[in-house]
Amino acid sequence: MNLLAAYSFRNVLARRLTSTLTIIGVALVVFVFCAVLMLSNGLRQTLVDTGYEENAIIIRKASQTEIQSILLRDMANVARNDVAVETGPDGDPFATGELLVLINQPKRGSGEPSNVPIRGVGKYSTTIRPNIRLVEGRMWSPGTSEIIAGRKVAENFQNGGVGGTVRFASRDWTVVGVFEAGGSGFESELWGDYDQLAQAFQRPIYSSLTVRVPSQEAFNAMRERLENDPRVTVDVKREKDYYAEQSNFTRTYINVLGIIISIIFSAGATVGAMITMYASVSGRTTEIGTLRALGFSRFTVLSTFLVESVFMALFGGALGILAATFLSRFEVSTTNWDTFAELAFSFQTSWKIVIGALIFAVGMGIVGGFLPAIQASRIRIIEALRAK
Amino acid sequence: MKLLKLIFRNTLRHWLRTSLTVLGLAIAVVAFVVIRTTIDAWYAQAEAASPDRLVTRHAVSLTFFLPVAYAERIGGVEGVNTVSHATWFGGQYIEPKNFFANFAIDHTTYLDLYPELLMAPEARDAFMQERQAAIVGQKLADRFGWQLDDRIVLTGTIFPGDWELVIRGIYTGAKENTDENTLFFRWDYVDERMRQETPGRAGYVGTFIERIDDPTQSAAVSERIDALFQNSIAETKTETEEAFSLSFVAMASSIVLGLKIISIMVIGIIMLVLGNTMAMTARERVSEYAVMKTLGFRPFHIVGLIFGESLFIAAIGGGLGILLAFPLGGLVSIALSTFFPVYSIAVLTLAFAALSSFAVGLLAAVFPALKAVRTPIVDGLRIVD
Amino acid sequence: MAEAIVQLKSVFKSYYRGRLEIPVLSNINLSINEGQFVALMGPSGSGKTTLLNLIAGIDRPSDGEVRVAGDDIARLSESEMARWRSENIGFIFQFYNLMPVLNAFENVELPLLLMKLNRAERRRQVETALGIVGLADRMDHYPNQLSGGQEQRVAIARAVVTDPNLLLADEPTGDLDKQSAEDIMELLSRLNKEFGKTIVMVTHDPRAAEAAEYVQHLDKGELVQA
Repeated sequence: MNLLAAYSFRNVLARRLTSTLTIIGVALVVFVFCAVLMLSNGLRQTLVDTGYEENAIIIRKASQTEIQSILLRDMANVARNDVAVETGPDGDPFATGELLVLINQPKRGSGEPSNVPIRGVGKYSTTIRPNIRLVEGRMWSPGTSEIIAGRKVAENFQNGGVGGTVRFASRDWTVVGVFEAGGSGFESELWGDYDQLAQAFQRPIYSSLTVRVPSQEAFNAMRERLENDPRVTVDVKREKDYYAEQSNFTRTYINVLGIIISIIFSAGATVGAMITMYASVSGRTTEIGTLRALGFSRFTVLSTFLVESVFMALFGGALGILAATFLSRFEVSTTNWDTFAELAFSFQTSWKIVIGALIFAVGMGIVGGFLPAIQASRIRIIEALRAK
Repeated sequence: MKLLKLIFRNTLRHWLRTSLTVLGLAIAVVAFVVIRTTIDAWYAQAEAASPDRLVTRHAVSLTFFLPVAYAERIGGVEGVNTVSHATWFGGQYIEPKNFFANFAIDHTTYLDLYPELLMAPEARDAFMQERQAAIVGQKLADRFGWQLDDRIVLTGTIFPGDWELVIRGIYTGAKENTDENTLFFRWDYVDERMRQETPGRAGYVGTFIERIDDPTQSAAVSERIDALFQNSIAETKTETEEAFSLSFVAMASSIVLGLKIISIMVIGIIMLVLGNTMAMTARERVSEYAVMKTLGFRPFHIVGLIFGESLFIAAIGGGLGILLAFPLGGLVSIALSTFFPVYSIAVLTLAFAALSSFAVGLLAAVFPALKAVRTPIVDGLRIVD
Repeated sequence: MAEAIVQLKSVFKSYYRGRLEIPVLSNINLSINEGQFVALMGPSGSGKTTLLNLIAGIDRPSDGEVRVAGDDIARLSESEMARWRSENIGFIFQFYNLMPVLNAFENVELPLLLMKLNRAERRRQVETALGIVGLADRMDHYPNQLSGGQEQRVAIARAVVTDPNLLLADEPTGDLDKQSAEDIMELLSRLNKEFGKTIVMVTHDPRAAEAAEYVQHLDKGELVQA
């Protein structure tokens, strides 16, 4: 079988131009397939990373996103004082009520406006999310119109960097610091003092309440209590689950479209592989006759051609995957339609995508090679040897 | 010319290969048309915009609402003919994946501003009389099998609670690009309940829509409207309906750009498939071309044969693809109806697909033709296939 | 004394394999008169096909002068050469080289497409040519429906249909059985005697060479006296 594999492999090399074209075709398809899934995966991963395992988030019932949620303060207080909530560093409940609104700001480069989320935060907002880290400038001074920007906002929006001023709610706000949050969705937000923002927007409410509830049992009990409490109408979710859900709509869009495109594409590439393989068969009629005369079975002939086709497809697939991994250097900043807010994320590979892409490539090779291989295996020895 | 016959017979020589190539081209052309149409779908809303309509929203972002009382002041602005309002309701029907657009509108004025929404006069009357009446697009009604007088419940995401509605009208679009996937119902129904449950949220709307007397004055009228509310708590931003719609496309510019890149890659695939076939063909015929040259045929004759064959295959593949794009585009349109209310294939897209096939037909022939011309006769004759 | 239709003066030809120069023909001086039937013989690798290709204007000498039908063909440009071939030369190949997708009539018609003739004129000439080779009844047969001898006769019809003075044949009987080979040689003799065609034929078949008026021997790239 080693010799046959070598035979198939060398045949790929022998028909260099045609093989190359076929391989490029498969590579293109696999590249698109990977790119789309990596985009979808990157979006999801960024949001999943945004949530913390130990935290829970409370929003108004059925509102789905913080943007649409309105929690009146007394409702938030019921949740804040639930027994499941851990005690914070200052001895009060480890919880933070936050206001999240969207402001329309021009992006760098195109100047097109897009929605930036601005979060009004309280004293525990950074302690409850330990990976928030100021990397440039300073924190805002209390009682002023100062804000800090997530690294991605600073990079992608005009006036997003330290020293920039952003005008909204009849005030000019100065960016005094830039923070990182481990590449999570928070880096696509502006943060400011809750009291200042609630006042400026005249929204004395919370969008969400984030609480620290490390134990799963305690969390389940709290959810049970709050969702049945007549004083409040809220949804209680693990912060990780909540953020993971924030990309469902956009990801479905990317996936549905991506898969439709990949399927149509792969049909094209499969046809290309089939053309090459038919040519390979007809160009080697005598060879096939010789192999058969030497005593190789029809099945062996069929497999060599199939192996040849799969070789090309695997090679193309590997090339496509390799090219796609370079995409992870690129960052995409676009509106997440689930939240209506701009979110920056990068293409992200996963083993699942790589394996899926290889299976996809091999599939194209098998489908493209099967009919020609059948034809090869059916060639009659005498006629093959007589052919010029 | 007699050589046409030779071209035609040459294409049929490896009929299997030629059919596969044609099939490959057709598939790629379908992909191209589907992707371009998806790109167009992003712009459909903007295309359907009327030049005499302006949209006013909160200056901070669309998620902030404006006092309904603004309507009266906007109505007094010079150049404004009629004012209406619409509020993105964000209601869900049974479960999130059934997404569709639903707006709470000012029932007294909205339908006058949108004459492209066609419906029976009775529907209009019922809508005026009944607070819980809703009007839905034909495609939306088809999607959920709704009939007139059906009662449906939307779960509010922005406005809490369950909202019971009665379908009293089904509209069709006057133009092909009119959105038929939207549900409209009465804003006063929402406002009444807000007044009872959360009075602080009563009396607010998402956007105002104005009809202006003179479309050429849209910039000036927009400025006059925004000036009214300058330095107030809720500043406004007014723009043409088209600009308003395009701002949504701009928000997704990365995705649209991605699609554009992919659509160009499709042409690359067409190129590879046809290029592959032509390279094989030309290689097999090296000795034939040498014989023809010996007979005195000039390089341009050979070039003509190769280009003719390539263009012929490209034309058939491209044509078939364009034909197939209609039924397949229809399927895609159903799969994507959640995302794109309007999905129709533009003539320009088809023209572009045809042009691309032609260009690919030319390009695929270049290298084989060059090779055929450059191979000395003596070498060509020596190759026995 | 008849005019020399082919005249080669101090012709050299070598090929390069990489940097290695491989001499094929050296110092060939040859003159063939109009109406002659010449056979070029020699062992394989002696350069006889190269010599024929030079006369046919499908290859160029490395040095020397090749005059055919009054033109110094080494001086012609590629396209002048193509036109020159279509007017002056009929070429017959060992493997016939018919277009498989064209039938006998169309194959013979092919070179006429290069001339300014109307449909009826072309038809008449094709029919005449096929009549001469005795295949008037096989006009609509495709090459794969013909025997080897018939294919070669179609190829000969294709060579004479433009009425060139010079016919060049490269091993015309090399791929044929004895009977067919004899028929082909008879046909070539007739073309030489009845129609006055000058024929230069490469062959290694002594029986074929018998049909020729005289035989030129080549060995290791040089003309030798038999």
